[in-house]
Amino acid sequence: MSTLSVSLSGGNVDWRLPSRGLVGMYCLIAAEAAIFTIFVVAYLFYIGKSVSGPQPKDVLHAPIFYTICLLSSSLTVHLAVRKLIAGNVAAFARWWLLTILLGGTFLYGTAREWLHLIFDEGLTVSTNLFGTTYYSLVGLHAFHVTMGLLALIIVALFYFTARLRPDHAERLEVLSRYWHFVDAVWVVVFAVVYVIGV
Amino acid sequence: MSTNTIALTDFPASRPFPLRLHEWVTTVDHKRLGLLYILFAMVFLVAGGIEATIMRLQLIRPQNNMVSPQVFNRMFTMHGTTMIFFVAMPLVFGFANYLVPLMIGARDMAFPRLNAFSFWMTALGGLFLYFSFLGGDGLYGAGSAPDVGWFAYAPLTSRTFSVGHSTDFWTLSLLVSGIGSVGTAINIITTILSMRCPGMTLGKMPLLVWLNLTMGGLVVMAVSPLTAAQLMLLVDRYLGGHFFDAQAGGSAVIWMHFFWVFGHPEVYVLAIPAFAIASEIIPVFSRKAIFGYPVMVLATIAIGFISMSVWAHHMFTVGMTSGANIFFVLSTMAIAVPTGIKIFNWLATMWGGKIRFAAPMLFCIAFLFQFLIAGLTGVTLAVAPFDWQLGNSYYVVAHFHYVIVGAILFAIFGGFYYWFPKVTGKMYSEVLAKLQFWLFFIGFHLTFDFMHIPGMLGMPRRIYTYEPGRGWDVWNVIVTLGVFFQAAGVLLLAGNLILSYFRGKAAGNDPWDAWTLEWSTSSPPPEYNYALIPSVRSRRPLWDLKHPEDPDWRYE
Repeated sequence: MSTLSVSLSGGNVDWRLPSRGLVGMYCLIAAEAAIFTIFVVAYLFYIGKSVSGPQPKDVLHAPIFYTICLLSSSLTVHLAVRKLIAGNVAAFARWWLLTILLGGTFLYGTAREWLHLIFDEGLTVSTNLFGTTYYSLVGLHAFHVTMGLLALIIVALFYFTARLRPDHAERLEVLSRYWHFVDAVWVVVFAVVYVIGV
Repeated sequence: MSTNTIALTDFPASRPFPLRLHEWVTTVDHKRLGLLYILFAMVFLVAGGIEATIMRLQLIRPQNNMVSPQVFNRMFTMHGTTMIFFVAMPLVFGFANYLVPLMIGARDMAFPRLNAFSFWMTALGGLFLYFSFLGGDGLYGAGSAPDVGWFAYAPLTSRTFSVGHSTDFWTLSLLVSGIGSVGTAINIITTILSMRCPGMTLGKMPLLVWLNLTMGGLVVMAVSPLTAAQLMLLVDRYLGGHFFDAQAGGSAVIWMHFFWVFGHPEVYVLAIPAFAIASEIIPVFSRKAIFGYPVMVLATIAIGFISMSVWAHHMFTVGMTSGANIFFVLSTMAIAVPTGIKIFNWLATMWGGKIRFAAPMLFCIAFLFQFLIAGLTGVTLAVAPFDWQLGNSYYVVAHFHYVIVGAILFAIFGGFYYWFPKVTGKMYSEVLAKLQFWLFFIGFHLTFDFMHIPGMLGMPRRIYTYEPGRGWDVWNVIVTLGVFFQAAGVLLLAGNLILSYFRGKAAGNDPWDAWTLEWSTSSPPPEYNYALIPSVRSRRPLWDLKHPEDPDWRYE
């Protein structure tokens, strides 16, 4: 028994396994996708089932500009990580901060929309079934954007305190996958809420 | 021996109790967290067992008044929720946590701190659930523990019908422990995919590892919908939402769908790790390599996929379209095929083997036959017209207890005995273990064989009492009698393990002459598992080591 490890050694020099961070992130994305699926199914199932107003077609306006902001932030976060892999920390920071700005703009858009719906249209979670499903689904997505933004901001703080190094690129790659996921979910939410649902 | 016990971090043998407690509370070691999961589950097993006993005592004779209907409702809700979420799940995660890194030659899980976080989330969920006994009254003074049933159908969970906070504690408890479950599942998957020792390709992993990989995938896909449903319930209860409020256009049936989308894969989340334990024990105690390894893996993955498309067989009695009924009848029957393949493979492993009837093997053999019967009653219930007749009767209760106790718990008890020498370094008492086996075996069959009969005679589940003269009386007496045998069995198990921990004989590293990596390190394993990371060339690295003249890798 004492020489087990030695005698079992098969001389595997080339032994590479997938990155822990990426595998873990893909699992998290799968779990989150399952959660969103349930909310999307509920939204689709309840379209047109509200017994009182306001109805979606009366109050919803597709947030095209803010959608463009969020979707293009996927590109900027990708470019940021590319720059960091190339060792260009300053260029990384420019794209990274732009990503935060775009994500923040999207959240601002959601806030404006909710403000309008609540105070001008009188639609809240408890108003009718549409309000319940709308705020739940869009709110769940906005919550994920917020979490992503917090993570992006933490990285930015590391940059400003000069703690960020190019060898952190793999970790930021993991974070950027999450951000891509949040963007991809928005495509589904947008389609369901502003295209199919009205 | 010497390579693996280099005193890198050996602590002095006796440290003050607060220090040791602090080590356990702050630990990120997969072995300690695995044991914490299992100890946690054992505490809740006692709680859930007491609740079951109260129900059975209440039902032992007709028109009994031992507990009130309200208390009875709380007992079956708490029993179901406890046993699924705070006994079975933690047991499964405990085994996976302890064994997976050891079996793949890793020093820990992929994310040790996430591991600790997940455990403590589960523990917090358990606390929430049981705190409801104290805090569930809320401001209204209504109810204490949750009493809405373990699947909590709407509209029972609405504010109107669940005043007070008992339902809030129920939903928070599941939400929080669900986060812990998904965290652990992510950890298990990542560990298996990214932490294997050199040479251990996917096709060379022990079956236990393969099956836990499938279990992790199922948890990710199945527990998340439950989390989503709990979020919706919270929106309904706290923000005045209408998801499950039929008066505002919402649907009570959609809760059923969301719950069972979780609920049915959950059965396999629990069953697959039990299969995993059996797949390790049966070959070692038959002295043969597992029969049909690739088929076992494929069958497991098939079960994983099919299990996600059978959920509405829980809803035949709710009333669905005939198209939906046919789909769920067929998919449910289809899942019996890969499951049957596994049973035949275990039998073929035993066939012609030199079987050692030690306690772990006894439990696995019982598992095999009881799981077969559980599967057969499952197929009967998959037939929609049959289900219309017997749905929500004690026949269903008997069926799923056959699965969860007769199959899953028996395999887990076998796992307790099989790995106890590895975990503690001590041998358990074989005499007491065999006694426990027979006690539990007799108790199980008294309770759950005979429970089918009042079900077929029309006794619905969840009733608090019944009239005499319906032909149910004698069966209920027998069913309740079995409970005492089972309780004695569980106490004997605990007694045996505790006694052996302090008084048992030294077990050595490899008491079973087994073949997987965990038996190559010392018992108990050092904190770092392996001083040198092993590398493997076959599915049975220790066989290769013990039989250099005839190693497995020549044939795989």
